[in-house]
Amino acid sequence: MQMHSLEFDISHALAGGLVLISFMMLYQDRLYSLLNVFALHALVLALSVAWQAFIQNAPHLYVTAAIALVFKAIVIPVALHRIIKQLGIHRDIESAVGIGPTMLAGMGLVALSMVLILRVTAEADPLAREDIAFALSVVLLGLLVMVTRRNAVSQVVGFMSLENGLVLAATGAKGMPLVVEISVAFSILIAFIVIGIFLFRIRERFDSVDVSALDDYRGERR
Amino acid sequence: MSAVVLQMLCVAGLLGSAVLAIVLSRSKIATAIIYSATLSASAIALIGSIHWLLGDTANAVDLTLPIGLPWLGSHFRLDPLASFFLVVVNLGGAVASLYGLGYGHHEAAPHRVLPFFPAFLAGMNLVVLADDAFSYLLCWEFMSLVSWALVMAHHREAGNAKAGYVYLVMASFGTLALLLAFGLLGGPAGDYGFAAIRAAPHTPYVATLVLILMLLGAGSKAGLVPLHVWLPLAHPAAPSHVSALMSGVMTKVAIYGFIRVVFDLLGQPLWPASVIVLFLGGVTAVMGILYAMMEKDLKRLLAYSTIENVGVIFASLGLALAFQASGLKLLAALAFTAALFHVLNHSFFKSLLFFGAGAVLTATGERDMDKLGGLIHRMPLTSFAVLVGCVAISALPPFNGFVSEWLMFQAVLQSPELSQWALKITVPAVGALLALAAALAAACFVKAYGVTFLGRPRGATAETAEEVDLYSLSAMFILAALCLLAGILPGLVIDSLSPITLQILGGRMPVQANEPWLSIAPIAESRSSYNGLLVMVFITISASLAVVFIHRFASRALRRSPAWGCGFSDPTPAAQYSGGSFAQPIRRVFGTLVFHARDHVEMPPPGDIKPARLRIELHDLIWERMYEPIAGAVGFSSDKLNRLQFLTIRRYLSLVFVTLVTLLLVLAIWS
Repeated sequence: MQMHSLEFDISHALAGGLVLISFMMLYQDRLYSLLNVFALHALVLALSVAWQAFIQNAPHLYVTAAIALVFKAIVIPVALHRIIKQLGIHRDIESAVGIGPTMLAGMGLVALSMVLILRVTAEADPLAREDIAFALSVVLLGLLVMVTRRNAVSQVVGFMSLENGLVLAATGAKGMPLVVEISVAFSILIAFIVIGIFLFRIRERFDSVDVSALDDYRGERR
Repeated sequence: MSAVVLQMLCVAGLLGSAVLAIVLSRSKIATAIIYSATLSASAIALIGSIHWLLGDTANAVDLTLPIGLPWLGSHFRLDPLASFFLVVVNLGGAVASLYGLGYGHHEAAPHRVLPFFPAFLAGMNLVVLADDAFSYLLCWEFMSLVSWALVMAHHREAGNAKAGYVYLVMASFGTLALLLAFGLLGGPAGDYGFAAIRAAPHTPYVATLVLILMLLGAGSKAGLVPLHVWLPLAHPAAPSHVSALMSGVMTKVAIYGFIRVVFDLLGQPLWPASVIVLFLGGVTAVMGILYAMMEKDLKRLLAYSTIENVGVIFASLGLALAFQASGLKLLAALAFTAALFHVLNHSFFKSLLFFGAGAVLTATGERDMDKLGGLIHRMPLTSFAVLVGCVAISALPPFNGFVSEWLMFQAVLQSPELSQWALKITVPAVGALLALAAALAAACFVKAYGVTFLGRPRGATAETAEEVDLYSLSAMFILAALCLLAGILPGLVIDSLSPITLQILGGRMPVQANEPWLSIAPIAESRSSYNGLLVMVFITISASLAVVFIHRFASRALRRSPAWGCGFSDPTPAAQYSGGSFAQPIRRVFGTLVFHARDHVEMPPPGDIKPARLRIELHDLIWERMYEPIAGAVGFSSDKLNRLQFLTIRRYLSLVFVTLVTLLLVLAIWS
């Protein structure tokens, strides 16, 4: 049994915090509060990555942390705030599934990823193990957010939080090159821009960003 | 230059002529140039492979080409088994090219045939030469696709599009089975060279599975019942010389695949496997010839008869498996030799008969036998060659068909030597099936020949038919001569096959060259022997004597007078005995069970002047009970799955999510 050091405890706490904030996202039914939680999510991610940079002695991870902080915690939430304001949808309540079942499903997912990762990676470095288990939970919870929401904006947020989980997994494993990190960050940015444009186009056409309007337009049953 | 390099150069020549055919496509001389090119390439390859097979066969020759998968390359190898099948392929190719020199001029759209014909020959050569699973499958698919293109050469004719579609589906299914078989053979280590597969041990479970997969894969290409459905559709749809190649040669390439994997790569099989092969072979033989008996389209009849012969070959192979599993090497070699001999024979006479059908088609434009008749007067040379083919395929001495079937029955009669009781009972039963098939084959070809060439013409085109060109005739006569030669010199063939049985089974039949007067004795002279030459001399002398006696004493004065017509003074040709009438007794005996045949007589009431009609109802039970339900199930499930195209975005996301979670759950439970 290995002694748990302070370093381990802190990174553990930050990754666990990320999972906790993902849970917070699940029960936000107003868009503004969802965005605020997402900003917090990104902030904790940035902290976690910075801490990894510190304990792994990997200065390039500081760049990753900075990217996370600037883009995900500041630029994207602010932009989404403006979009919501322009669209005038800040009052929308839009979860498709009730909060109770969603939270239960989220707990199941976290349990699943813990059981799975801890068993599959029995011989790996304990720090990386815990990190990856948390990361998988964050990814699954992000997917859950996407599945349980009707509004396109909250689906974007779910997607972004899913990506945060990927970054968490990547930084937990030692030796990820900066190039990969930057390319991931840019792809996220581009995805954000594309989705933003689409939001406005959808809005122009249908007077709503509820994606069910698209389905009505296709004349499909739900 | 090593022998395998020569073969590969011939293949390159064939592929080159395929390219040349595309370049020349619409020029008038293209037909002559391309068929001459394929004729010379096939002839060189044929001479090369015969030379190698008769010469030093102890050392197989390898060739590795740096094409294909980067770390694997393509391996080719010439060993006795491959060289024998190269003889079959290239002999068929050479004769078909010769025939094509004449027949090709009647082709309406030669640019649809010319590029694919050499490519088809090249593909078959490559399958036989391939020495690793990857090249084998690649060449196999190439061969299938090119032959599909040839089937679709006349795509606007009724039924050909369906034939092509069914062929394509069955060919993909067959290749899937082969892919799985090679996957199992390669194992988790994944060395797909044949040498590595041969050296690796295979568990009985894997061996049985591979045998069944090979029966599905190679069997569907060869036409084993119930996987034969595409064959009578596709073979007749192609131009006649291609039909000859598909029936006479491509089915043999499939049999080669079966032999290569089951006898060569798998090693010692278990005896229950031989029961499956024996049983399938016997059923295929009987079913094939019964279908042929009911058929009135000449080329389809020939295609169904191919199924019968494939059944006979598979039954012999099953016998060889059974003897091999019991450790009886001599008898295994006997059955195996019978199978290979029949492969050779069938390629001779089936090509000959398809050429004959092509000649009839050229002369009359008809494939329906009930519109033919009397062609022996208009096309005497073709009629003679086809008669030889019909006699040979009916397994009558002194031609070659008799020898191979006789050898096979010699092997059947040795079944008491087997140690397993199940085999002791199965083998004679299958032998009875084969005897039945042989008898029905004779009846079938009496019908085919009699209705097509004898009697009076039943249609206008048959009355004005003209003899075909010299190229076609010479191709037919070469094959007819080969049928006779193989029939009276069987010892020579058996001795040249012995390197193969030595290679595959480790045993061989006794040397036949020492037997006096060209006779053959498969086991020992005291047990049984056959002398084709003696039989031919006897037949010739007795027939000549009979002719002399009849003409001398019975009908010295030739009288021509109207036949007694039961009161109808001038019966129309349609009142002649037709193919349907000939098949009627057999339809009565077997048809009710096998085809659910019903005869409906529509008799008008007295006073009505409508003609009475006899309507015959036949059902292809394999198609109706097996393929139609499968097609229905596929259609039904795709209809249901079609709804997946029109889900909402959130449902798609949920699908992805649920799939991911399910997979993770499976992993969590299993790991």
